[in-house]
Amino acid sequence: MRLGALLLVLLGAALAASVAFGETSLSLAQYRAALLDPDSPAREILFGIRAPRAACAALVGAALGLAGAVMQGLLRNPLAEPGVLGVSAWSGCAAAIAIALGLGAAPGVLEGAALAGALAAGALVALLAARFREPETLILFGVALAALGGAVTSLVFNLSPQPVTYADILSWLMGSVANRGWGEMGWALIPMAVGAALCVYSGVGLRMLTLGEETAALSGLPMARLRVAAVAGAALLTGASVAMAGVIGFVGLAAPHLVRGSVSDDPARTLAPSALAGAILLTLADLAARLIPTAEELRLGVVTSLFGAPLFALVAWRAARSWRA
Amino acid sequence: MSALLEMTGVTVRRGRREVLADVSLSLAAGEVLGLVGPNGAGKTTLIRAALGLQPIAAGEVRLAARPLAGLGERQRAAVAGYLPQERRVAWNMPAWRIAALGAAGRSPAQSHAIAGACLAELEIGDLAERGVLDMSGGERARVLLARLLATGAPLLIADEPAAGLDPDAQFLALERLRARADAGAAVIVTSHDLTLAARACDRLAVLREGRIVALGPPPEALTPGVLADVFGLDGGLVSSPAGPILAASRRR
Repeated sequence: MRLGALLLVLLGAALAASVAFGETSLSLAQYRAALLDPDSPAREILFGIRAPRAACAALVGAALGLAGAVMQGLLRNPLAEPGVLGVSAWSGCAAAIAIALGLGAAPGVLEGAALAGALAAGALVALLAARFREPETLILFGVALAALGGAVTSLVFNLSPQPVTYADILSWLMGSVANRGWGEMGWALIPMAVGAALCVYSGVGLRMLTLGEETAALSGLPMARLRVAAVAGAALLTGASVAMAGVIGFVGLAAPHLVRGSVSDDPARTLAPSALAGAILLTLADLAARLIPTAEELRLGVVTSLFGAPLFALVAWRAARSWRA
Repeated sequence: MSALLEMTGVTVRRGRREVLADVSLSLAAGEVLGLVGPNGAGKTTLIRAALGLQPIAAGEVRLAARPLAGLGERQRAAVAGYLPQERRVAWNMPAWRIAALGAAGRSPAQSHAIAGACLAELEIGDLAERGVLDMSGGERARVLLARLLATGAPLLIADEPAAGLDPDAQFLALERLRARADAGAAVIVTSHDLTLAARACDRLAVLREGRIVALGPPPEALTPGVLADVFGLDGGLVSSPAGPILAASRRR
């Protein structure tokens, strides 16, 4: 409970900072105008441009943090995250195909494709999860799915004739929450809410899985249903995130790690704090992307990967040591 | 008293090989049954078949007089608790939270209390707050056994509950399972320690290549002939003030 309150305060601070600061620096008078004058240009910058962007980052971060916590609990593996199961890869791939077909500009097509890609991969993983109980097997299928998704995306690159398409796809795959409006967020809330509900429902099952598949199978819990709920929930969250912000990696890996120690490693109690931690991480990462002075604005996905990949190695190092023990 | 577990002609195939062949046994409340046999004899397969974790090719399993196939997850868990041989725990949760998973259907306060009592029963009450991955293997094994005791199920099945424990804790573990049987549960344990099995169990089922080759009270099951045929040992059970002891050596 105390952890939740702390994370909420931190999230509030991160969101406030994300609205207050950006590429354009404002004077005190302009901040005052933004708060008091409804027609001031500063108000448009703060609440028309930065606020939806910050909210989008927080929402995507929360979804990825929750999805990561669920995947780690389900696969009993501290290295798992939606990317590992190929859900992100297929979501990005479907979006790339939509762009290559020239449908990127049509409203909703790109988003719909991203969600469809994630759900297709998620449904496949859910089928496999029902068929194969061993978490290691599921990870291996995930790796294969991710590789195939990446390969098909490369194929799309390979076959797309115009350099414009090429740049569009690459831009999508790098991930960003720039120029997002409130409207784009509204529709994503529905799959995210359903996904989050499924993830929370699966929590008791994730906790029981701490002791392995056989103990869980005899715990009296409806494990098959809980397992499918976990996979479907994580897929919905990931798909909606990719639809909103492109492919953003490693938040799902990092967020659970930051909070796990504070909830005595309990996979069920890791869920909500992971969502909050993910929201904080991505809000701050987006703020960093805006504030770090570069000729071209840094892409959010690039920032998270630059920080996330070394973290992945660190976690792997620690996990390998504990597995050896 | 009706049987808590009844297996009739149970056969399990892996490929064309029969890893369990025509196994029949019955277990009533108050009884501790030991499964013994060399590696690969089918002890774990028998347990998994009894619990519905292993599809069977022929025969029937009944739990508390009802066909296993007709039981839902919740009903099955209400009859049988299971401690698998696999001791891997994924996350470093405190011991009491792991033990409380056995009583997950109860209220948080109740399951906490049950977990504490079961840890205390296994003399690791003082480790309740310690993370299970920060423990020795033997301590962790006791926490997992406490989780089994916390289920309070009328049929308790423990695969190698004494493996990896020091001698004192081995006796303690089997003593606690024995106490559950005395209180009305039925208990199945597997063990490679024949002395321990002979002391703790009312009956032993000796398995070889998927078949039960001897079934009865320890002195009748572990005859010199069975020890020689099944285990390749020369010798037998000898009685001592502390209970039976296996006095045997490898056959030459």
